[in-house]
Amino acid sequence: MPETFNIIISGTGGQGLITLTQIIAEAALIEVYDIKTSELHGLSQRGGEVETHIRFGEKVYSPLVALGSADLILGLETLESLRAFFYANSKTIFLVNKFTLSFPGSPKEKEILRKLKTITKNPKIIPASEICQKELGKEVVSGIYLLSYAVHKKLIPLKPNSILKAITKIVPEKYLDLNKKAFELAAKPGFKHG
Amino acid sequence: MKKILLGNEAIVQGALEAGVDFVSAYPGTPSSEIGIIFGKIAKKHGIYFEFSTNEKVALEAAVGASFSGLKCLVAMKNFGLNVASDALLPFVYTGTKGPTVIIVADDPSCWSSGQSEENSRAFAYLAHIPILEPSDAQEAKEFVKLGFKVSEKFNIPVIVRTTTRIAHQKMPVEIGKIKRSKTTGRFVKDVNRFVTMPPRVLEMKEELLDKIERIREFAEKTGIIQGRASDKLGIITSGISYLYVMEVLKEFKMNIPVLKLAFFYPLPEKKIKNFIKGLKKVLIVEELEPFLEKEIKALAKENNPKLQILGKDVLPEVRELNTEKVGLAVAKLSGKQYRIPKSSSLNVPKRFPRLCPNCSYWFVFSAIKKAAPKGTIFGGDIGCYMLAGFPPHNLQDYLSCMGSSIGIAHGIKKGSGQKLITLIGDSTFFHAGIPALINTVFNKSNPLIIVMDNRITAMTGHQTHPGVGQTGMGEPTEEIKIDEVAKACGVKNIKVIDPINIKELQNTIKEFLNKKEVSVIVARRMCAYWAKRLKRKK
Ligand SMILES: Cc1ncc(C[n+]2csc(CCOP(=O)(O)OP(=O)(O)O)c2C)c(N)n1
Ligand code: SF4
Repeated sequence: MPETFNIIISGTGGQGLITLTQIIAEAALIEVYDIKTSELHGLSQRGGEVETHIRFGEKVYSPLVALGSADLILGLETLESLRAFFYANSKTIFLVNKFTLSFPGSPKEKEILRKLKTITKNPKIIPASEICQKELGKEVVSGIYLLSYAVHKKLIPLKPNSILKAITKIVPEKYLDLNKKAFELAAKPGFKHG
Repeated sequence: MKKILLGNEAIVQGALEAGVDFVSAYPGTPSSEIGIIFGKIAKKHGIYFEFSTNEKVALEAAVGASFSGLKCLVAMKNFGLNVASDALLPFVYTGTKGPTVIIVADDPSCWSSGQSEENSRAFAYLAHIPILEPSDAQEAKEFVKLGFKVSEKFNIPVIVRTTTRIAHQKMPVEIGKIKRSKTTGRFVKDVNRFVTMPPRVLEMKEELLDKIERIREFAEKTGIIQGRASDKLGIITSGISYLYVMEVLKEFKMNIPVLKLAFFYPLPEKKIKNFIKGLKKVLIVEELEPFLEKEIKALAKENNPKLQILGKDVLPEVRELNTEKVGLAVAKLSGKQYRIPKSSSLNVPKRFPRLCPNCSYWFVFSAIKKAAPKGTIFGGDIGCYMLAGFPPHNLQDYLSCMGSSIGIAHGIKKGSGQKLITLIGDSTFFHAGIPALINTVFNKSNPLIIVMDNRITAMTGHQTHPGVGQTGMGEPTEEIKIDEVAKACGVKNIKVIDPINIKELQNTIKEFLNKKEVSVIVARRMCAYWAKRLKRKK
């Protein structure tokens, strides 16, 4: 692991970015890392751009991931993943939900994905929303699904068990079962991630 | 034990550990979570909490509670302090009885602030109020406690100033013991202390200035110096900027002395003089206006006139700082090469924030579009309905501070006589709209005011307000009706309409636009997002 591990989560309002950020931070705390995150709160409107920063390591000062220094970009929406390119370097891994929230004037998903593939070496594009909808009947846990995928594939240097513990701690009782299922779904050996 | 806390959660924790008794707030990003959390936990901890009508009233409530001997916390965003400032200055003169800390959250880069990129540090000079600037969530907690300590020791209110990147930063925070609170104090009459009037007020000012010098002595013992005095370079910083400085020094593997200040006001002048004494060059790293830089330049004149001081010549004065910007400045200080890590941004089309799909404002905007004749001026105010200014609506010709839509509408009507419709939210109406409404009646102008009565303060995360019928602690209370307020203010043309009755709304807009006196339409339907949340909670 690099001295500090830098994650950007990008997506749109209402996709649960803040909860995901909290889960990763808790998991990093379980593994006794120093942690800083930065997030913007307060936009109630659905569908605006949202981006959170998570950094963990031996000693972390700034809560912001510097330009070109992200180790992982976790994109919950395709266009927002592209927007986060700002933080990427040639080694950055893109883990992207194949889900597009389009708006007047936005490019087509196909175009966005083509662009993603040309600008990054490592785009992992996973239909997490579709899988969660199909298997669990709920699209909202696609972030948890992607996070589970990331830790199981060692794209984040944290143990799957720490993430699971963090989920149990943070997610309200009512939704815990659903979230755990999404976590386990991505962990299934041999499961086709689309 | 350590817990991951948001900066604002750490502030609440600090207040609990200090044994706060009385908390008042008016919501505003990035300070809003403080009130939301206290609303949930106040009862359990035996604390009184309220969302006040606006920040001035919130501060005045705390003034009264402090005079009664309670330990008080007030929370607001930067613009809130402008509103509260009339009550702030005399409070610093009289001083506190119960220790009082005021949280003020600035927002460099205007992530959630429209009207200006305010640097609330300037209030230190206007009000002579001590200001502490934490760097991270852990320190936010500690500085709230330090603020209470200073307030208790010197009988003066203290501001803890955060910025977005502190308020909305998370990190592991050491949790301490919570002190017991009380909800009842006692007001003991003391005219000499609580009444500001000349000639006493001038004596009070003398006492205040004297107090500030004693606090300066105290401040000399705060702040930290890091790194070795290896060469002739140094950095002075505070708040969030300190984190960027340390990040850069780590990356550069540099070990030059850094003075990190806790107090912005009063500044520990001796400490600064000592720090700069042997230096050839010093870099001042601060966001927004160069207040520290100016102070340090003045100190250096007495103490080290040859000192080269870098500040806003190598750092921007507009927008927040970050590691990259500070990296460039430190490189200039030390003669190092620094390239911002290679990255490129693609031309990704901007995603405008949108109203929730089932928001009732869609109906209001649509009715206005259909009913307003060409050339009608559209006034805007602060809240979710600001989105009227974005496509596809484009219904906002001016926008300023909370409540101003009505005041400005009056001026435009008087100044031009053009047709005008202005929007104002329910929370905003109570906050600052009523005096302006009275002014339209008093001074006879006729704008059409549409109150977007969605029964909640939506934009900042759905807080209660005087029209909701519930207090910040969740207790039932009188529900103040906007149409009745308007009537009592002398407004003749008033109609309450559920905006889904779009035809009625349209017709009323047309009718009211032709009235000779001011008109008020109360477009009443609960915020759809909040309605869904309430249903889920049940
Ligand atoms: C003086 C001041 N205090 C607080 C804020 C933060 N603020 C922005 S929008 C808003 C709420 C507006 O609520 P409301 O008028 O009910 O409109 P809604 O968001 O519900 O549409 C507040 C408090 C501000 N901009 N200025
Ligand atoms: S939060 Fe409420 S008022 Fe704001 S856009 Fe959504 S439904 Fe409308």
